[in-house]
Amino acid sequence: MSRDQPANQQSKLQKKVVFRGGGFSPQSKPWIGAIVFILLIGLMELGTRMGFINNLTLPRPSDVFKTFVELWSTGLLWKHLLPSLSRLAIGAALGASFGIVVGVMIGLFSYVRAGLVPIVAAIFPIPKIALLPLFVIWFGIDEPSKYALIAFGTFTPTVVATYGAVDNVDRSLIRMGQSFSLSWYSIVTKIVLPGAMPGILSGLRVSSAIAIILLVAAEMLGAEYGIGAYILEAGSLYDLERLFVGVSILSIIGIVLSATIGFFEKRLLDWRL
Amino acid sequence: MDLRLDSISHRYGDVEVLRALDLEIPTGKIVCIIGPSGCGKSTLLRLIGGLEQPSEGDVLQIGEPPPESLNPLTYVFQDFALLPWRSVEGNISLVLEDHNIRGKHADAIILDVLARTKLTDFRKALPKQLSGGMKQRVAISRALAVKPAVMLMDEPLSALDSQTRELLMDDLIDLWTREPFTSVYVTHNLSEAVRLGHSIVVLSRRPGRIREIVDIPIPLAEREMGNIGLERIQKYLWDLMRVEAEAADQELLNV
Repeated sequence: MSRDQPANQQSKLQKKVVFRGGGFSPQSKPWIGAIVFILLIGLMELGTRMGFINNLTLPRPSDVFKTFVELWSTGLLWKHLLPSLSRLAIGAALGASFGIVVGVMIGLFSYVRAGLVPIVAAIFPIPKIALLPLFVIWFGIDEPSKYALIAFGTFTPTVVATYGAVDNVDRSLIRMGQSFSLSWYSIVTKIVLPGAMPGILSGLRVSSAIAIILLVAAEMLGAEYGIGAYILEAGSLYDLERLFVGVSILSIIGIVLSATIGFFEKRLLDWRL
Repeated sequence: MDLRLDSISHRYGDVEVLRALDLEIPTGKIVCIIGPSGCGKSTLLRLIGGLEQPSEGDVLQIGEPPPESLNPLTYVFQDFALLPWRSVEGNISLVLEDHNIRGKHADAIILDVLARTKLTDFRKALPKQLSGGMKQRVAISRALAVKPAVMLMDEPLSALDSQTRELLMDDLIDLWTREPFTSVYVTHNLSEAVRLGHSIVVLSRRPGRIREIVDIPIPLAEREMGNIGLERIQKYLWDLMRVEAEAADQELLNV
């Protein structure tokens, strides 16, 4: 081939085409997150030990860990953690399930949408903490008012995510269902709900984080035990070690919840591209 | 069961889409509908199957559908409309569940339609694992599962590449030859129309009216590629459509 080519073509400069594609596709790098965590904590430890971070401004991570071990060994950890977890579970379950039901209704019925979307828009931006006194009057100072606060806080974001997800279900699939004369109930349960599942689950991620935030707020009110109560007590004493122990426990709860939702996403949504 | 369109007109707001269409769809024949883009072909198909209501006129069923037909008017869509979260088998059983067909009876139907569309090995596959041609085969087998009296096909091959299109056209001809079915087949592809249509309805540009109905007497099984008679008919159809297509192309879209 090349022998037949004219000489002037052979002498032309050859250059490799520069690669300029790739990127913009998130890939799973599971260890990077942990490494960043460890580096940050290591830096804090080193800084407080070497003295370039003042011990008054930031507690030493090893001291925080010691405080945590103390909390564990005295058995106080479970005394604080169990009531908090049950408040979180009951409140978030109530709020999310009501939210999903109302969101699906808004997605399906125009009258419900017209009636409820403005109300949801009106109560979404209210800081639910501000309504704490109202909940106390309605539900008493005990557990029910704490459930109500968490439920109310998780309700609105779940509603908004759910009806958005129902709106986004591929209409051509619904037309297909109608063209095979599927019943209304079959279309809702076999086409609309599975199609809305990705959006509902990502809404639950947001709601679960809000539930944890509101847990602390709920425990501001006459809770003897609970992670929130523990943090507030430490905060009012400026006991940074205990404050950090409490905050770290909240973070861990958040990570566990998010990982749980991630697990369900993998299991339920493996049909996605 | 025959279908008759009785002076169908349709409008979306101020836009007149179809005007005074009369058409017979006889049992056992494939009627192709062609026309320039935006002429209301797909709207017409949705009207025929009862997914939309015509502004004026009626779509009439003449005679009863066969008793074994579960869903007399059944669509095959351009975008396949498969549920991505259900397997091939699950997508077919979806349309049987509402008729209380489950278990062994459903399995028998599913196996039969999968065999007829050469999908037997893909029973458990999810739609995301299938190529476009395979997905449309699944959609066709789903349609066959409810034993339609009339198959309403909305550009079923338009989303596929030309080789897959040829293969699926052969498959459709095989299916029809073994067991003739009635079909309204909407397409913008003239070679599909002359390969599959017993008669070809040419629509004008919007508002869509029937310009001409061309019957093709050659049996489907004898319409191989490069058939002179077909080429001539295709040329004739293109001459009919050319002006309309050009004019439709120039129009500003405000639908």
